[in-house]
Amino acid sequence: MSYLTRRLLTFPLVMLGVSILVFVTIRMVPGDAITAMLGTEAGLLTPAQRDALAGYFGIDQPILVQYWRWLAGVFQGDLGISVTYGRPVLGVILERFPLTLQLALMSMCVALLVGLPAGVFAATRNEKMSDLGVRIFAMIGQSTPNFVVGLLIIYALSAGFGILPVMGEFTPFFEDPLRNLGQMILPAITLGFAFAASVTRISRSAMLDVLSDDYVRTARSKGASKRSVIWRHALPNALIPVVTLSGVEFGYLLGGAVLVEQIYALPGLGRLVLDAILQRDYALVQGCVLFIAFNFMVVNLLVDLAYAALDPRIRLGEGG
Amino acid sequence: MTTPLLSVSDLCVGFGRDPSKNEIVKGVSFDLAAGETLAIVGESGSGKSVTALSINRLVDFGGGRIIGGSIDFKRRDGSILDLAQAGEPVLEKIRGSEIGMIFQEPMTSLNPVLTIGTQIEESFRLHRGLTGRQATAAARDALDRVRIPDAARRLKYCPNQLSGGMLQRVMIATALACNPRLLIADEPTTALDVTVQAQIMALLGELKHETGMAMIFITHDIGLVAGIADKIMVMQAGEAVEQGQLDQVLDRPQHSYTRHLLSAVPHFESGRAARADFRREKAKPPALTVDGLTVRFKVSGGLLGRSPGSVHAVENVGFDLMPGETLAIVGESGSGKSTTARAILGLVRPTRGRFSAHGLTERAGSVADATDPATQMVFQNPYASLNPRLRIDSILAEPVIAAGGRITTETREKMKALLKRVGLPEDSLERYPHQFSGGQRQRLCIARALMLNPSVVVLDEAVSALDVSVQAKVLELLVDLQKEYGLAYLFVSHDMAVVERIAHRIAVLYAGQIVEIGDAASVLSNPQHSYTKRLISAVPSIDRRNQHFELDTRQVPSLVRPPGFEPPEPQWRDFGPDHRARAEA
Repeated sequence: MSYLTRRLLTFPLVMLGVSILVFVTIRMVPGDAITAMLGTEAGLLTPAQRDALAGYFGIDQPILVQYWRWLAGVFQGDLGISVTYGRPVLGVILERFPLTLQLALMSMCVALLVGLPAGVFAATRNEKMSDLGVRIFAMIGQSTPNFVVGLLIIYALSAGFGILPVMGEFTPFFEDPLRNLGQMILPAITLGFAFAASVTRISRSAMLDVLSDDYVRTARSKGASKRSVIWRHALPNALIPVVTLSGVEFGYLLGGAVLVEQIYALPGLGRLVLDAILQRDYALVQGCVLFIAFNFMVVNLLVDLAYAALDPRIRLGEGG
Repeated sequence: MTTPLLSVSDLCVGFGRDPSKNEIVKGVSFDLAAGETLAIVGESGSGKSVTALSINRLVDFGGGRIIGGSIDFKRRDGSILDLAQAGEPVLEKIRGSEIGMIFQEPMTSLNPVLTIGTQIEESFRLHRGLTGRQATAAARDALDRVRIPDAARRLKYCPNQLSGGMLQRVMIATALACNPRLLIADEPTTALDVTVQAQIMALLGELKHETGMAMIFITHDIGLVAGIADKIMVMQAGEAVEQGQLDQVLDRPQHSYTRHLLSAVPHFESGRAARADFRREKAKPPALTVDGLTVRFKVSGGLLGRSPGSVHAVENVGFDLMPGETLAIVGESGSGKSTTARAILGLVRPTRGRFSAHGLTERAGSVADATDPATQMVFQNPYASLNPRLRIDSILAEPVIAAGGRITTETREKMKALLKRVGLPEDSLERYPHQFSGGQRQRLCIARALMLNPSVVVLDEAVSALDVSVQAKVLELLVDLQKEYGLAYLFVSHDMAVVERIAHRIAVLYAGQIVEIGDAASVLSNPQHSYTKRLISAVPSIDRRNQHFELDTRQVPSLVRPPGFEPPEPQWRDFGPDHRARAEA
């Protein structure tokens, strides 16, 4: 457990590092919030008006003071006011987050439901035609950009079957689950496709390694059936790399998926960040990045917990 | 005559895409009656393991195929089944219930993510249909049967919490769970310490007696089987070159290969075979003096927690080594023998202690220097200790460069001379390590160690990974080189028979401390410390037939000591001009 405690203690340190980094970098980008907000009209402002606006948003202060004020706010749950939306940043983020979380979860389900069995199947048919088929499919899945997959899916469904993806205003899951799922299933498949391909490849190679391990031979010598050897003895040992990969991918997905959100017109975190950067909405960018980093760390922590659950050597310490 | 339990005739096994072109087992035949033990002996690559794995058809999963012959097995109901032709569903019913198997590496042969309880219970679930509490109770009984103390608690352990010897017992418990009529043991003690090996052999002997099962025992150590086998089959290059009753094969070997094997294997002769070609002269300065060497590793504490203490890996070890002399450091894994060797070379930082090599470079423990040309090392695994991407000339140049030298024509001449001296062709310089066999690679390692004209060579289990006949030749080479160059050897080994062949003096290490040290013949023939006695009585020997080993379940004491702990000053007792042992409480 001391390992976990140590991990928890690094948490705030990493967050602090991330916040400094994003605070500095966004201010290094040319352009400023007032110009971005008012466009050409910014030129009409008198220097006094401009200063007043800058004072209102607090961007006239030295960067250290800005950072300190902002940090003090963060500790009180106040991530600042978004220039673009004129509302508290946290509220804006939390409004977008459920969709991103749902999309990430659904993509991961698709990836694991397809990728894991495919990988295990391919490993047990090593070097046979069916293995080759799975591997080629996985290669295509990994090397095709997901917007291409998304467009192809939309095209195939509409041109081939006359089914159109459910468009229109996004409906949260708890308002109308069916309509929501109708809107989310295609984006989830699109995102899950490449994810599934990675899971397939990594679970195949991990299974191949494990299947030649001594304890698998022992299990066979006890008379365990093929199914039991694969699912009970080999798979739990092969899951660690799969969990690692899934954690990293899931963490990325929680940061939003800009292209897929764009294609399916979904108001997710990815587009929010992109817009915030284009608008020089400092507070919003900072808030989003901090939020995404926080999520990533939570996912990493969950991955570590999963390792411990899977492998007693990690749980109890090597040779413990 | 009743039909035998197992009758293998003309078995041929091949590997790869075209098995008939790549035959590993070429027409092996043997019979085995119920309750009988057959030892299959041979060197690596002789096909002995493949033969064994063909019987329960695990060979299929390793890419092998039976291409000829039959394996008639008498099942529990009396029917005869040809295992060579049997289908997978039938085989699954036979494996574990009628034929059990144990393997060489207990550390890797158990599933690391399942508790040992689950793994033993599996046999009962598969073949007896037991579930829940019944299966647990059966598993507990199985652990009791292999004499594991505190079985109920141990069931919840995972494999990494048990020692190698304990794990091998768990393996045996699993294999014997359903009282198989045949047990196949594939080098079951090779990875274990000699005292643990004796335990496992004792256990197998007792269980065989209790259950009346037949056993096939595969080993490279012909001395080991003398204690347990009824019959012996000697294999070479896929063929059974000789088989017969134990005494007949051991005492009157017919085939030249059997004779070769019997003469090549170093037999332990309780000190009678110790070297007597060296006399210590008090006047000469020693090549290496080690005084009060202590190595401790701090155990890390939890978060904010204080360290619970240190592992006292090596405690107050001291000896001196004369030019031309071999000191063997013996002991089992964890006794600190390798750590001692590494500390002398500066690969591990000693906590305290002084070394002086060849009386010139005096250095205290804290400034150990790994590049001292006076001491060189040869490691255990010749496959892992040569960089596969470097040519031999680069490998031999490495120590010279590390010592700050340059490669000149003279260096190349020296390389050629050394290669010739260790028995390798001159064109080896342009080749890569993978083009050499294990024995040849170890010769390369020896040549590399000699590049800087060292006065002391540390040999850490230098022949353990080699086949017995190769082992004998490398030992011969080492002895010759020693005489020629007046080298001092520090020979770290767990193998008493090998030690007897090369050592002039022996230091026995137990739990990080020297418990006995002295003249090899004297220590081996007249051991004084209780641990030395145990160690020597555990050594298998061709003369000890059908021996009854005593079962001993003592655990090795923990080496973790609280912070600040200092062991009491040792009390020594002398047992001869050059032989002393630590007094025991």
